[in-house]
Amino acid sequence: MTANSPSVFLLMINGQIEGANFPEYDDLYCKYCFVYGHDWAPTSGLEEGISQITSKGRDSPHRLVWNFPLEITFKSTNPLGWPQIVVSVYGPDTFGNDVVRGYGATHIPITPGQYVPLIFSSTPLSTPPLIKDLLSRHTRTIPMFVPESTSRLQKFTSWLLGRRPEFTDPKVVAQGEGREVTRVSSQGFVTLSFNIVTKDMKRLGYDTTATETTHTHTHPVAAGFGPGNQTLSM
Amino acid sequence: CLLLALSLWSPPSDLPPRPQAKPVPGSSHSESSTMRQRMKDKLKAARSEMGLPTAEEAYNFFTFDFDPEPDEETRKGQKRRTRPEGENEEGEDGGDDDEEKEEEDKEEVTEELFLIDQSADDFLVFKRAEYMGYQRRLQSENELLFTPSFLTVPASSKVPENMKPRYLEEEGLYVGERPPMSLTNQNILENRILKQEQVRWFGDDGRIMALPDPIKESSTRPPLFHIEDDLDPALQTVYRKALVSKHASQYISVGGETNGDYQLDVDVSGLIFSHHPLFSQEHVLGSRLVQLYDQHLSRQHRNLTEHLTTKLNGLRNTIGNMLEVHGGQRLTPVMQQRISEYKQEVRNTRRLRDLEQEKDRTLLKGIVKIWKEIKALRDFQRFTNTPYKLYLRREEVERASDVREYEAEIQAEVDELLDEMEEDYQRKVTEYRRQQEEWKVWRRKQRAKNKKKKKTQSQLDDNEDDEDNDDDDRTDGEAEPGPPKPKPPEEPDMEGVEKQVSEKASRIRRKPGEPILVPELTASGPITPNEQCPRGEFARREDVAKRSIFIKVLYNDKEVSRTDNRSLNSDFRVHFGQIFNLKIVNWPESIKLQVFEVLGLSTTLLADVFVPVPESSILTGSAPSEELVFSSNLRVMFDHEAVGSDVPFSFEVDGSNRQTLLTSGKLSCSVSWAVGEDDVPLAPPTTQPNGLKQLDAIASIGASGLNDMKKLGEWATESRLDPNDPNNADIMQLLKVASSGEVTAPDYFRLEQLQEEFNFVSEEDLEQSRRFRLLRLRNQEVAEFRNYKFVPAMEREVTDKVFEVRSLREIVDTKGHLDAHRALVAKHLHKIRESIINRFLIAKHHFIMSDLVQEEQVPTIGILGLNLFKLAEPKRPLKPQRKERKKVTAQNLSDGDIRLLLNIIRAYDIPVRKPSVNKPAVTSKSTRSFTETLTAGQSQRATQGSDWLLNQVQVRPFVEVSFQRSVLQTTTADGPNPCWNEDLQLPFSAPNGDYSTANLQSMKDEIFINIFDEVQYELGGDRGKEVHTRLEKHWLGSVKIPFSTIYFQSRIDGTFKVDTPPVLLGYSKERSLASDGGYDAVRSLTEGAFITLFITIEPQLVPGETIREKFESQESEGLLLASEVFERDAAVHFPDRPCLTTVININGKTVFITRYLRPLNPPQELLDAFPNSPQEATDLIARYVSLIPSLPDSVSFAGVCDLWSTCDQFLTLLAGDEEEHAVLLCNYFLSMGKKAWLIIGTAIPEGPTTYVLTYEQNRYLIWNPSSGQYYGQYDTFCPLQTVGCLVSADNVWLNTQAYTSPLRIRFDVTKAKLWKPFFSRAFPNPGLSSVQCITLHIILHLPFPKISLTCRIEKILKEKIMEWRPRNPTRWNRYCTSTLRHFLPKLELSRGRDVADEHRLELQSLLGDYRISGFPLHLPFSEVRPIVEAVYSTGVHNVEASNVEFALAVHVHAYPNNVLSVWVYLASLIRMR
Repeated sequence: MTANSPSVFLLMINGQIEGANFPEYDDLYCKYCFVYGHDWAPTSGLEEGISQITSKGRDSPHRLVWNFPLEITFKSTNPLGWPQIVVSVYGPDTFGNDVVRGYGATHIPITPGQYVPLIFSSTPLSTPPLIKDLLSRHTRTIPMFVPESTSRLQKFTSWLLGRRPEFTDPKVVAQGEGREVTRVSSQGFVTLSFNIVTKDMKRLGYDTTATETTHTHTHPVAAGFGPGNQTLSM
Repeated sequence: CLLLALSLWSPPSDLPPRPQAKPVPGSSHSESSTMRQRMKDKLKAARSEMGLPTAEEAYNFFTFDFDPEPDEETRKGQKRRTRPEGENEEGEDGGDDDEEKEEEDKEEVTEELFLIDQSADDFLVFKRAEYMGYQRRLQSENELLFTPSFLTVPASSKVPENMKPRYLEEEGLYVGERPPMSLTNQNILENRILKQEQVRWFGDDGRIMALPDPIKESSTRPPLFHIEDDLDPALQTVYRKALVSKHASQYISVGGETNGDYQLDVDVSGLIFSHHPLFSQEHVLGSRLVQLYDQHLSRQHRNLTEHLTTKLNGLRNTIGNMLEVHGGQRLTPVMQQRISEYKQEVRNTRRLRDLEQEKDRTLLKGIVKIWKEIKALRDFQRFTNTPYKLYLRREEVERASDVREYEAEIQAEVDELLDEMEEDYQRKVTEYRRQQEEWKVWRRKQRAKNKKKKKTQSQLDDNEDDEDNDDDDRTDGEAEPGPPKPKPPEEPDMEGVEKQVSEKASRIRRKPGEPILVPELTASGPITPNEQCPRGEFARREDVAKRSIFIKVLYNDKEVSRTDNRSLNSDFRVHFGQIFNLKIVNWPESIKLQVFEVLGLSTTLLADVFVPVPESSILTGSAPSEELVFSSNLRVMFDHEAVGSDVPFSFEVDGSNRQTLLTSGKLSCSVSWAVGEDDVPLAPPTTQPNGLKQLDAIASIGASGLNDMKKLGEWATESRLDPNDPNNADIMQLLKVASSGEVTAPDYFRLEQLQEEFNFVSEEDLEQSRRFRLLRLRNQEVAEFRNYKFVPAMEREVTDKVFEVRSLREIVDTKGHLDAHRALVAKHLHKIRESIINRFLIAKHHFIMSDLVQEEQVPTIGILGLNLFKLAEPKRPLKPQRKERKKVTAQNLSDGDIRLLLNIIRAYDIPVRKPSVNKPAVTSKSTRSFTETLTAGQSQRATQGSDWLLNQVQVRPFVEVSFQRSVLQTTTADGPNPCWNEDLQLPFSAPNGDYSTANLQSMKDEIFINIFDEVQYELGGDRGKEVHTRLEKHWLGSVKIPFSTIYFQSRIDGTFKVDTPPVLLGYSKERSLASDGGYDAVRSLTEGAFITLFITIEPQLVPGETIREKFESQESEGLLLASEVFERDAAVHFPDRPCLTTVININGKTVFITRYLRPLNPPQELLDAFPNSPQEATDLIARYVSLIPSLPDSVSFAGVCDLWSTCDQFLTLLAGDEEEHAVLLCNYFLSMGKKAWLIIGTAIPEGPTTYVLTYEQNRYLIWNPSSGQYYGQYDTFCPLQTVGCLVSADNVWLNTQAYTSPLRIRFDVTKAKLWKPFFSRAFPNPGLSSVQCITLHIILHLPFPKISLTCRIEKILKEKIMEWRPRNPTRWNRYCTSTLRHFLPKLELSRGRDVADEHRLELQSLLGDYRISGFPLHLPFSEVRPIVEAVYSTGVHNVEASNVEFALAVHVHAYPNNVLSVWVYLASLIRMR
């Protein structure tokens, strides 16, 4: 890869799984993994991870905090199959069996940018919502869900035996194919925050920073037909 | 509480109390007072404790403006207040009093604080809340609010002033039906609108403008489901097999279907003669009267006059309105245009109305006239023939109003006419002026010309003359004709108009005040009886009575039935009332009714009546009865009173005014399609060509047959269709299209108009770009690119090499194949495979729940019970049983997760080394067995036994397993029946790391299980005590098991026959003694080496399910259903018995299995080989079939169930699996006159498979078609384990016996208890034809030189062996090679039997100095690769002795049809000294 004509672009993600909001459950832990297309490969960092078990605090009776760091770098030649993070949350049920509490997935933000953390004060203080939104541009709150049992009886036995239905592979929640055969119910929310750095994306013709004024490139990307003409729909 | 809230405002410390607030009147006052009371008590106590503010209080005072605890300060304030006890009530009266009192206590407070208090007081003004009385509030609200009344609004207030509501409906315009709305709501809305003075919301008719109700009364889509029963029977989907019509299209449908035929109902109700030769004069008049009366009735029914009058009035009103609205203002051109249009319309309507009125009038007059004639005639002839009687009913009218209307009408018309004439006149005048202008101009020109002319003539003429010389000029100008001088138009004759109008009115209308006459015709009058009639009339009546009428019904010009004879009555009406049901097969082309008259024995055809073929929507019950007019020009004359036909006659006495009448009449009938029992119309579908009929928009509004667009346009403009009427929407659309010049309306609808917008590159770029091509190929899941990683970002980085892989694959390299034919076959197979894999890939994208979600099964009672039982089970049972393991789906696996487990238990009858009888020495240096003589046999056996007892090891076998080039071996055991009982674990890795089911299924890897003999040789024994030994392994035999078999069966457990070479140099088998040919030979053959194995995969993989897809079929529905039922029954009752009734052919269609069996002639060459011994011939044929290479379907057609190819296809492809072999073998046997069946069952190691059963010499033989071997029914080593069903050419039998093993069942299919037949008496065989060709196409000769193939194989193998020995030189012993080559044809001839000893003899004589170990390999030939693999697996090349030499010979024997058997003789030779 020469400096002038890169053949891949890099996407560096670091962030964290901040916490979750599961109103009824406690002592949960989560797993994450990345799902990406054929043209992507992780170059460094952890592709999968499993967090500590966290309990609800006395101060924040609704919030489970993991603050579990994510750090990974991908290289890619094609934005098709942009990485998604799949988070699955597990915890004990009333009998102490480890059961799944939720699956969720979201795409990694495509815009490079920074996440400015909010300091949560214990008092319900009122930051104007506008500023909050601005700050958390790279915060994702993903709704979580679990597959439903096929029948009442199944539900009962699965509750009794502590063997709830699970996805054969958590990665199915990041894909659309075959989902029509499943039924799910919602569970709670997981909040993630990201800092995104990209390299050479613009050189390959992918401009993801739409709102900002583009830098003055004296030399446009190779003349004639090239990936510069492509859109993200590839 | 108010008090508390206010207290926040008060300073926290001991401030002088201020007036807090004036409590609002009401309840709050009393509440606060009680509160105070409570506080007061508390405060007293607190006060007594501490007199002064504490330090904290002081701090609080200085730091906080507002004390967070209201209690404290209220207490303080309260205290102040409460001191004056009685003040509470006064609180509201005045603040001033309060303040004064508070000031008295201010000694505790500093001055500054007081000031603050003051300022606070300044800013706040406390006032009592304003209260408005209820009544006043209502009043003020009334000004703002409005409650719409729900009373009906008078129409007058809704239309503009001085206007009458105008009803468009009455003017004949289409007004849609309004959506329903409750009257109250409507009134409220109207009132509201009126209040807002938005009158524009009201239409001309004084109602709120509304669009027509958009809801259709009937749903356009019939409801599919009823609540009570499942489906409306009329909508029930009935499967009908598509049929190809054998006949021409004139047949509606030919098929054995019971209700596939159609039925026409022809209802002939009767006929009425409007003229008949036997009519008397009175009849003629009577029928005329009836006709007129009918006409009258129909006119009255249509009431055109009334309709037109209303329309006229409406139009007049409209014009009036328009003129009135715009009053004296100047009319806009548009308005003018409209008014003139309206006027035109009025004129037309008036003309039409007048015409209609006139017709009415004349009709009435005509009726009266004819009635008078009849009466006169009756008087004249003094008898009555017809029962007609006419009454004229008078309807009195109110004279005054009638006159007024009449006058008004006339006046209106006169006005209009005058208006028109005036207009006309004006127009003419302007025209005249214009023409005059023109004429003048022309004249001037003319004159100028003349002038010039004159100038040329005389050149002296004066200009002044010009004006005078008009006449001259004109005479001059005569030469060139100009426009004639226009004449001024005539003044309209105003007076004449009125006269004209009133004249016309009196002509066409009834006089004012005259009663309305309504004629009524009855047929109740008496007819003079026959006796009282004169002779002529009597004769006529007699004649009438003699005649009778019947009608023939002709369908497509063939008589199908006829009515009964009905006699003719005096009123000449015949009633039939007969309905003919015509079951039809041919398309209806014409339906003709023939009217016949019968007189005595002669019948005459009166007329043909053609009835139109009804549309398929016309059904019996709803079809209207039609009256069809017929007439005939037959000339009939009578000598009696009857008028005859085509004969002039006259009513007058003097014979003047003669008339000629022809026989004519009306036939009333109706033709319609019948309705079946279950309300199914028995009409052919409309989609079929139905003559001329075209369903179009025009037909729907009753103007059928107007196919010409122009005519249609004219018609539409003429008839002034209401464009608002939704009924006309279609035709309006059509007209719009027609008027725009394009006759063809687009009959398609496009959604992707914006497709262009979505394309991010042009189509060409997409085609050209290599990168996009790559991306697309990957997306299409083309095999090579399915998981292609990292498609480069730049076009230039995609090299063409990427695609070369694909193109390489497409052109199957013929290099790999030794002959072109095989290459072609491989290509063909490849194509089939490709298409089937595509199908599979599509199916792979259909998920079911268990693919995605892992869910515990609900435990059934049985499982729960078993689990409970298990608790009591011993922990370590004495006879442990294998448990079912949990299955693992393939998707979350990676390399190293899967291992192949082999448990090698024991082997039987391993060949043993030939001991040297003569030399009992331990060292076997001097050759081993070549000293042996042919006298082997019994004596040898005996000596052997003694040898073994004494010293010698017979054999030291071990097993080596190789899979995916990883090799493991067991320890070495002793003896010909060794027992290892060892577990071997082989790693497994899927190709490309893809553990998907599809990929695993398509794996072609095989597991080789080789048995070797470990031979120890001592080297250099003569040097002292050191003994060097060398270990050599000699290949004894092998078992090959394809991975796919293990994958599909998940485990393989059993005893397998080891493939041993026919000749093993240096080894011998322990044979049974008696082998005298015949079928006893069977036993000796089956006695080979056997090995007991258990193989499985850990963890257990879920085999891919077969495609959940129903294959199409050409079998009849009933057969398919029956086979489904049969198979399901079998699966329920005998779950472990494979049952096949339908199979899938190579095109992916379901075919019934018996169709595959049919006697087929084996190649003649094979039959001729052993003309005397049918036994031998049978063997040869079995061998021939087994020589066709085997190719498991499940490997080539991954995931798809077995595909069965016909024998023809099989022999062309020269590849197939057990089914194809079995079918071919069975067919050959059948043609040889044997009784043969297919056995569908399971065997080891193949799993579900197909064998062939024959019945010979009172015993059943089971043939393994892929090996060509046969077993007796009671052979313990028969690989067939289960017999599921038997198939013959005409039936399938399911095994219903208690056991499945061939040892324990009876094969007599005639026993109904033991075998359940598919085709029984209840469901007989429909006579299924075979799918096999009658004769097999057989290529007798090799298409390539056999020798060259032999050479090539030999060359390749030699190269390979050298390649496998990279470190040692490989020497070839030519002499030995040629000797071996010499042996091979013999082996082929004897089919590998009983030749070992000859070999030994020969070899020994030739190669005395060598120790030789070797064997021939025998393979069917398909490609070189399997041969190479087989050679490699024997491990001959592994000999590491330095002085080793090799010998290799290849022989190819060609059987008919390009079936090749390949022999490879391999030997390693070690020179002895």
